[in-house]
Amino acid sequence: MIKRFLIARETLLLGVILLLIALVASRFPGFVSAGNLVNVFNDTAPLIILALGQMVVIVTRCIDLSVAGNLALTGMAVAMLNSVAPGLPIPIILTISILLGAGMGLMNGLLVWKLEIPPIVVTLGTMTIFRGIIFLISDGKWVNAHEMSASFTGFPRAETMGLPVMSWIAIGVSLMFLLLITRTSLGRAFFAVGGNPHAAVYTGINVGKTQCAAFVISGALAGLVGYLWVARYAVAYVDIAGGFELEVVAACVIGGISIAGGLGSVGGAVLGALFLGVVKNALPVVHISPFWQLAISGAAIVIAVTFNARSNRSSGRVILKPARSNS
Amino acid sequence: MPQQQTLTDKEMTLPILQLSGIVKIFPGVKALDKVSLNLYPGQVTALVGENGAGKSTIVKVLTGIYQPDDGEILLDGQAINFPTAHHASAAGITAIHQETVLFDDLTVAENIFIGHAPRTKLGLIDTQETSKLAQQLLQGIGADIDPSIRLRDLGIASKHMVAIARALSIDARVVIMDEPTAALSYKEIQELYELVEQLKSQGKAILFISHKFDEIFEIADRFNVFRDGQFIDEGKIESVTEADLVQLMVGRSVNKIYPQRQEKICEDVLEVKSYCHPTEFDDINFTLGRGEILGFYGLVGAGRSELMQSLFGITKPSDGIVKIGGEITTIRSPADAVGHGIVYVPEDRGKQGVVIGLPIFQNVTLPSLSQTSQKGFIRLAEEFKLAREYTQRLDLRASSLDQDVGNLSGGNQQKVVIAKWLATQPKVIILDEPTKGIDIGSKAAVHEFMSDLAEQGLSVIMVSSEIPEVLGMSDRVIVMREGRMVAELAGDDLSPEALIRHAAGIGEVNP
Repeated sequence: MIKRFLIARETLLLGVILLLIALVASRFPGFVSAGNLVNVFNDTAPLIILALGQMVVIVTRCIDLSVAGNLALTGMAVAMLNSVAPGLPIPIILTISILLGAGMGLMNGLLVWKLEIPPIVVTLGTMTIFRGIIFLISDGKWVNAHEMSASFTGFPRAETMGLPVMSWIAIGVSLMFLLLITRTSLGRAFFAVGGNPHAAVYTGINVGKTQCAAFVISGALAGLVGYLWVARYAVAYVDIAGGFELEVVAACVIGGISIAGGLGSVGGAVLGALFLGVVKNALPVVHISPFWQLAISGAAIVIAVTFNARSNRSSGRVILKPARSNS
Repeated sequence: MPQQQTLTDKEMTLPILQLSGIVKIFPGVKALDKVSLNLYPGQVTALVGENGAGKSTIVKVLTGIYQPDDGEILLDGQAINFPTAHHASAAGITAIHQETVLFDDLTVAENIFIGHAPRTKLGLIDTQETSKLAQQLLQGIGADIDPSIRLRDLGIASKHMVAIARALSIDARVVIMDEPTAALSYKEIQELYELVEQLKSQGKAILFISHKFDEIFEIADRFNVFRDGQFIDEGKIESVTEADLVQLMVGRSVNKIYPQRQEKICEDVLEVKSYCHPTEFDDINFTLGRGEILGFYGLVGAGRSELMQSLFGITKPSDGIVKIGGEITTIRSPADAVGHGIVYVPEDRGKQGVVIGLPIFQNVTLPSLSQTSQKGFIRLAEEFKLAREYTQRLDLRASSLDQDVGNLSGGNQQKVVIAKWLATQPKVIILDEPTKGIDIGSKAAVHEFMSDLAEQGLSVIMVSSEIPEVLGMSDRVIVMREGRMVAELAGDDLSPEALIRHAAGIGEVNP
């Protein structure tokens, strides 16, 4: 029932995105040129990757506000590493950034699991800590394009089979998530923990450990995006991706991932991110001030949450009937 | 108003509240069938009955939470009805529950006066006046509680005092106490008794619900017995003995047919020796044979569920040995327990059993995903097959296994939970109140199924508070009281009277 609704809702979101594109295209046909659409997708790729990581965290009834801080710290670390050791091959850089990010995610996860601190508090704290560490290791200085090696900055932009590597990574991560969510016990555990933590305990699922795993995944992806981001824009500094964590959460909410946990889908996260990406790219084209963009994103969140509330309410009614008949 | 001098004479005292012919029907169940209840000023009426007799339902009718389908409520001889809880409270009826429904993070004074706090001229809450009145009320009932501290910092007994002060602050005339002593220590109970005396002397009518016979005979003036939603008898407490009351409570032939099994108990599957917990249970010893159904009977709060949760690895025991199949085993987590073949079907299905939002088949396979996986990936066809196999064995009625489990009835949800555990192929299954709150049809199916399981060699521990179920299903019964095993009954020793006696501690000296 809920699943069917979600599917319907994903279709709805897809429809809204297509409508938006069509509207813009009716005045600026150039917007729908293949090249531009690729650009829009590529531009949204980091958001898609992070939204997927955030999705599993939110599904387990947690939230990860430290993703942007994690991204910036990992980005700075690998950028500095590259400036001192320009010869380091890209696979090693990738591995380091994923491990670094996962390590930071593990820190969040352990605090939530072992010390039972509310996730919002933990990640609000680590978000600031990560930014602080960037300042400490970089002395507040920038790492600029000329300090980075060509292979370092070239990797995410390299085109293979018509798409930049960055886009392929987003597609790859989405497919991996599809497998993770539908075909692994960990994926199932995320939903069990978020849907009913008490039942999960009685089923032999370790709730804290599962939540910790979600944070590690989210952290690892933040680390990965950290490198891609810094390389793509060829610059690293303390404030990169400032406030991006909220955009990530927004993408999830718009994509129908319930903040109360237990509900969400890969398609939802990807479409939520794409919606924000299209809005962001379309508005300048039609000469609408970027401030409107904030208002539109905000409105989208409110509408999405209203949808959530409505769907929850109606399913509540269905649940109540049998319960009453048995009391 | 005639009061103190006529208390002993029923004929001359008019009840404050009279309920007659009250009927409350839930789909499939007649929870109350023309019951009556009279509450007299300055008297304590004890309402006794087994679980499921309709005691909580009548309390909910009295406090405006349920609306009766038929019958009459008279307050001071005037017909009245309580469409909402607010109406009941405005009519001066208040209930003090086992676990008080107050606000932990508000102060004592705020709790007492929430909703009707004294106001200043500007319409703001007059905090000074609130404190002062609260202080007076608390002193009036002899409770030494500072009205400015937060409720969270009080013990349960003190919270009861606050609840009583609140009852007095709204000028309650009828006070309902629903198992008020269940969580209290001996000394706190004595204090509560004094308070009850005080309420009596103020002419309040008190409805006292308890399973403990010693306290019923200590403080009640009258009794009122319900059984299976029907009114059985009422009268003065002096006119009956404990044995009479027990007889009135259970006085029925076990009219339900329970499945017959051939007993063929072989080797011990589970052995528990001097199993202890610092606060919840102590010195538990029992064995469980293959294919045996072992019943655990006791009053609510006797420590049965706590014991089972510990055996399942949710809480840690402080001492004791658990042997599974003759080998000493330490169970550290529920996953451990499942690994050793012990599974637990909790009492509260909604909260602890099913994951609402996941479809039926995913609920069923949740603990046995490794069985259906290959190289770390779930094989959906296998998963579906497993789910279908076990839901069919339980005769689960659902339009599709894809359906959200939240749309199923309570009985079918119970089947999903049991199917989930059977799919792990356990040796011991612990069922905590397996038929609580499910309809009669599903009940019979669950019973049938339990005996099938036992026939197939699965050992079953059944925690139940329903005497017919305990008697009908169990090969042996362990009775627990206050965290200890007080009796182990089998064969001819098994009788409703024996169960109630041991569970309530009748005929023994209380500490």
